[in-house]
Amino acid sequence: MNVTRGFTGRPRVHDPGLPPGQYDAREDWPVLSAEVTPDLRPADWTFRIDGLVESPHTWDWDSAHALPASAYDGDIHCVTGWSKFGVRFGGVSLDAFFNVVRPHESATHAIATSHTGYTANLPLADLTGGRAWIAWEYDGRPLPPEHGGPARLLVPHLYFWKSAKWIAGITVLDHDEPGFWERNGYHARGNPWEEQRYSGD
Amino acid sequence: MPRFAVPGRIAVNGRAAATWQTATLTEIRRETPHAATFRLAVPRWAGHLPGQHLQLRLTAEDGYTAQRHYSIASAPDGSGHIELTLDHVPDGEVSGWFHTVARLGDTIEVRGPLSGFFAWAGDRPALLLGAGSGVVPLMSMVRHHRAAGLTVPLRMVVSARSPEELIYASELGAETTAVFTRSAPPGVPVGRMAPAHVAPLMAEQPDGGWEAYVCGSNGFAEHASRLLVAAGQPVERIRIERFG
Ligand SMILES: Cc1cc2nc3c(=O)[nH]c(=O)nc-3n(C[C@H](O)[C@H](O)[C@H](O)COP(=O)(O)OP(=O)(O)OC[C@H]3O[C@@H](n4cnc5c(N)ncnc54)[C@H](O)[C@@H]3O)c2cc1C
Repeated sequence: MNVTRGFTGRPRVHDPGLPPGQYDAREDWPVLSAEVTPDLRPADWTFRIDGLVESPHTWDWDSAHALPASAYDGDIHCVTGWSKFGVRFGGVSLDAFFNVVRPHESATHAIATSHTGYTANLPLADLTGGRAWIAWEYDGRPLPPEHGGPARLLVPHLYFWKSAKWIAGITVLDHDEPGFWERNGYHARGNPWEEQRYSGD
Repeated sequence: MPRFAVPGRIAVNGRAAATWQTATLTEIRRETPHAATFRLAVPRWAGHLPGQHLQLRLTAEDGYTAQRHYSIASAPDGSGHIELTLDHVPDGEVSGWFHTVARLGDTIEVRGPLSGFFAWAGDRPALLLGAGSGVVPLMSMVRHHRAAGLTVPLRMVVSARSPEELIYASELGAETTAVFTRSAPPGVPVGRMAPAHVAPLMAEQPDGGWEAYVCGSNGFAEHASRLLVAAGQPVERIRIERFG
């Protein structure tokens, strides 16, 4: 251990909900996207799943909203160190979309793409089983553009860079392919409980 | 359909990103009443590109750690030293330690450089917009441009509350326009960065256009990136570093 002379730090909080190295951002919700926030209206938004699936499909705003509504109540964790407790997102479970396109047996991974061209790779298992959503509401209101509105991917059990803002599509693959930050040195999976921040962590 | 895109990237060294190294404080320089530069000796520093940042860790006696990201202010120079410039955030856990406790010879830990996205390799004309401590990674680009004697065009617009709060004021040259939001020298208007600051630079853009780099708070980043888009800068050629 490399103790920093004279550093005491904030009072210790023992919060079992807080992954290692994270702090509670409370009311703050920092924005860290690296690109210009797009001016994307719901009428222009589309979401497509393709790749290793039985029947690739594109939804628009209305057809996506026709799927059964599903909400996430819980916490989110950003790789830069903040976590946010008790957030509420509304949208549709990704399972509902996958039920339509039916991934092949050989499918293992996926790459999520934004309307800006941003990408994030994920194991398919992290996107299924009620653990991932397409979200368009935050706290009962439309998701703000800076936070990915009109709709973003939401995979709250992984660091939040995986939850691609302005989600445009998911391509199902039989191998892993690094996305935007993953090619910039970030971890392939990004599990906050194992502190998988950078590749090699 | 609206048009947008993320710009390309520059690969980073995954090993450097994952390994913590000890850094020794060798110099402290005051920049403004609220900001100071901290020079660190990092003997095994892998080198960086202007615009990159690092992760820094302070450790208390009981093993508690605080980690933050800081942009690298110095140009890559192979000296085994790097410089950071920190704003003193009121009650800031990490910046508070640097500004009130740190002294020469103290050691901390760093890892990096991180993120090739905001890096500038010095090969393309660059238009830099920053506010407050957002000038830090941009200054690394300006310093590199000078030190390497680059001839590729480079322009910077920086926003500060007042002349006293303008970081690196004495180092800024003809490439820089300063904008003051609260108080300005006599004859200089007070106000936010505006289309009038960006338009002349867009008008003098070199063949092939600018690569734009925007850095500062999220509020500034949204404002400045909108100014650029409105002035005709292609979105896929705007890189943004938001300090959160
Ligand atoms: C890529 C990047 C580059 C940056 N470059 C620079 C730079 O060059 N210069 C510079 O001055 N700054 C830079 N920053 C900002 C820097 O990382 C810190 O946020 C800043 O120094 C404040 O940290 P602090 O510990 O002093 O303040 P703190 O107040 O302790 O923390 C900063 C923020 O995090 C929150 N926070 C942190 N820990 C806790 C906690 N335990 N409990 C509650 N809230 C907490 C607070 O809400 C606060 O707003 C950069 C940020 C990023 C993301």
